[in-house]
Amino acid sequence: MAHYTAAQADTFPKLLMRDAEVFGDRPAIRHKDFGIWQTWSWAQVLENVRAFSIGLETLGVKKGDTIAVVGSNRPRLYWAMAAAQAIGAIPVPLYADSVADEMAFVLEHAEVSLAVVEDQEQVDKLLSVSERTPKLQFIVYDEPRGLRDYDHTRLKSFADVQEIGRGELKASADRLARWEASVGATKTDDLAIILYTSGTTGRPKGVMLTHENVLVSARNGNAFDNLTEKEEVVAYLPLAWVGDHIFSYAQSYVAGFCVSCPESPETIVEDRREIGTTYAFAPPRIYENLLTLTMVRMEDASAFKRRMFHYFIGVARQWGEKILNKEPVPLHARLLYGLGEFLVYGPLKNRFGLSRIRVGYTAGEAIGPEIFRFYRSLGINLKQLYGQTEASVYITAQPDAEIHADTVGKPNIDVDVKIADGGEVLFRSPGVFIGYYKDPEKTAEAKTPDGWVRTGDAGFFDPKTGHLKIIDRAKDVGKLADGAMFAPKYIENKLKFYPNIKEAVAIGDKRGFVTVMLNIDLTAVASWAERNNVVYGSYQELAGHPRVYDMLAAHVDEVNRSLAEEGIMAGAQVRRFLILHKELDADDGELTRTMKVRRGLIAERYAPLVTALYDSSPEADISTEVTFEDGRKGVIAARVKIRDMTVHQLAAPTLERAA
Amino acid sequence: MRAPSEKEAKTAEVLLAIEDVSLSFGGVKAIRGVSFDIRKGEIRAIIGPNGAGKTSMLNVINGFYHPQEGRITFRGEQRRAMRPYAAAQGGIARTFQNVALFRGMSALDNIMAGRTLKMRKNFFWQMLRHGPAMAEEVEHRRKVEEIIDFLEIQHIRRTQVAKLPYGLQKRVELGRALAMDPDLLLLDEPMAGMNLEEKEDMSRFILDVNSQYGTTIALIGHDMGVVMDLSDRVVVLDYGRKIADGTPEEVKSNQAVIDAYLGVAH
Repeated sequence: MAHYTAAQADTFPKLLMRDAEVFGDRPAIRHKDFGIWQTWSWAQVLENVRAFSIGLETLGVKKGDTIAVVGSNRPRLYWAMAAAQAIGAIPVPLYADSVADEMAFVLEHAEVSLAVVEDQEQVDKLLSVSERTPKLQFIVYDEPRGLRDYDHTRLKSFADVQEIGRGELKASADRLARWEASVGATKTDDLAIILYTSGTTGRPKGVMLTHENVLVSARNGNAFDNLTEKEEVVAYLPLAWVGDHIFSYAQSYVAGFCVSCPESPETIVEDRREIGTTYAFAPPRIYENLLTLTMVRMEDASAFKRRMFHYFIGVARQWGEKILNKEPVPLHARLLYGLGEFLVYGPLKNRFGLSRIRVGYTAGEAIGPEIFRFYRSLGINLKQLYGQTEASVYITAQPDAEIHADTVGKPNIDVDVKIADGGEVLFRSPGVFIGYYKDPEKTAEAKTPDGWVRTGDAGFFDPKTGHLKIIDRAKDVGKLADGAMFAPKYIENKLKFYPNIKEAVAIGDKRGFVTVMLNIDLTAVASWAERNNVVYGSYQELAGHPRVYDMLAAHVDEVNRSLAEEGIMAGAQVRRFLILHKELDADDGELTRTMKVRRGLIAERYAPLVTALYDSSPEADISTEVTFEDGRKGVIAARVKIRDMTVHQLAAPTLERAA
Repeated sequence: MRAPSEKEAKTAEVLLAIEDVSLSFGGVKAIRGVSFDIRKGEIRAIIGPNGAGKTSMLNVINGFYHPQEGRITFRGEQRRAMRPYAAAQGGIARTFQNVALFRGMSALDNIMAGRTLKMRKNFFWQMLRHGPAMAEEVEHRRKVEEIIDFLEIQHIRRTQVAKLPYGLQKRVELGRALAMDPDLLLLDEPMAGMNLEEKEDMSRFILDVNSQYGTTIALIGHDMGVVMDLSDRVVVLDYGRKIADGTPEEVKSNQAVIDAYLGVAH
């Protein structure tokens, strides 16, 4: 067997061979199946990847071919990526919840010749668009259920392909050496992966990253937080997202830590609790959901428990962050916090599956400062990170004990960051992508000739802390008609902190004042309705209920008050708002697959509502086309009411003009 | 997407035959001289308006009711009367119109209960939960976990069934019936009271049970659309009499069936 030192292992397959040698029997990956955690050691992973890789080669996959990987986080799908890389093929992970049409676009664009998918659902999707993907030769599936009666000429099970590989290995003595030679032939600046960004505008773009891009970023990320082979990570984010690729794949290969794949999407919290994750990564949405769920449950708890909870959360709010940052605190606070840890924080962290957490990151979008502080006050070392697919994630991150709710931290190891004249953030690092697949035009737009990458985000370095602050997407930051600054995401994030508000879309660029469209959070509002005897028959009816409007009006008023206190934002207070009759949905194209709002498209789709928001009518009619989960379409029609808000004035003379 | 070869592959071998069965409660005739058969590997639907005698028929098949007249042949063995216990041991499992689960127990324990008949070790060993009884329990648990995986109910494994929404309770009940490894699965109104999404899920599970485990299924339903899509053959009852029998297409165009559903003066 060929040997690779840490320095020589500069591609994924080489790294895998090194891990199998160095970590051998240590667990590499787990999957909960049939109620039991099944574990594979690094040596076993190598054997599995090798067998599949040779199987792929026998099926005709060559160096430079692209193979699609579709499904939720499963060991075999991660192995498929390494197996492809070992023979110089390039994996292209797809968002598993994409509808068939979106998948067809990527399969076609990336010229995929073979797809490794999770189950029948994905097989069906790929088969349904097969006439658009003539290059697709084989579909390999992990989960055989329901596929027994399918035509198997172009369909293979993962195990079958591995058997082909194992058969080849047995049949000829030099097959192993030939495979290892192909691993040896992989070069660090070879293309390692193409990640299609879901993009808040337009068709997805294929970001090409080399082994070096991904592995150097992973290595630096590990160094930044001292990650070792002892970490426990739960993989549950989409495979196609660069975050998962770095955290659950690259960092694991580099550090040798074990990644656990949950049993099903519904069991993640329970599974995380069993594993006791030490290093976690999630977009703000996940943390928001956990908090919402907790708050809703506490409302249903007995009066005693509720009082205890709120009392100790108050204690944590006052002292928790100081204790986490190792600042001096009085003895009585330490004792009280200790009692709170025993009675409330400990059990709560156990519920969240975060009892053993050492480092937790939130990224992808700005997190509400209140949510951020909530987790930190419980003693969870949650930090913010700013990254992009084009950077192999890392641009900036917060070092331990330098945590501020409103910044995204300092440039990561080996990363240079500068602010362009227009306020746009630019970066340069070893993780910088080589280009968009088959799109030199877009590549040239994003990369400057001297190697800087435009992030498209507006930001500035905070002179006090030296940390980077992101305001909004550069193109989204606008001005109201009177010239006051309008940063929609800033307002939306403030609104979304309230558990009752799931999504918010702020409008106001070049207009006289700011208006918002809100989505209620069904879990939170339904529970409130039950407690307050509010009767409703559907989502639509609940969303339009006058008492729900009253409740949200109170939230909007609080947001206006806090905007009024912030000087430059005071002009951007919300004058009118409405509650949408349907949830914004990625299937309708209103959100991206990573759940960011597509502002432009929403403004178009709900044009009658936007018009009504600005022509002072008390309500408006709207009918929208919706896509159901199985791809069928329907129409929802509704009459949506609009509420007027009063604007808060501040005494300070400089702000009067803006307000 | 089901391959066409599959339906042809179903054998014509008769698993269960009902001949001239009549059942009455005092003066009320619930079933009057009905004959039909269920072939191995098929999905057989029994439909009819309210009070047609569908559930009574199911109760006759699994031995809960004893018909006054007629013969029932199951796997070549003829019988007039049989106790439900014997039917269960003989490989007939069922679910109920109104969910009949152990409400205070978890989903896992409920499905595990379906394995009771397969447990060979005596009560004493089971109580100790040790030695051979433990080995046996592990074996049964594996089977139960396969079913949990199959029905995609991992997330409610430890949840008390009384706390579950109705659609999931129905799924647990199906799981318990499957745990018996039945040759013949009787489903009494498997989609009653479900919303569209739950109905679609349940239909998929029924088809998967049939194709993956090769289980013969007899189901009762009054939602014509769903039943017609699922089943290979349909028998229609009305006022205890059989009024039609055949493929969904044949039954759909049968005048007697249309009359029974739309209502004509009798």
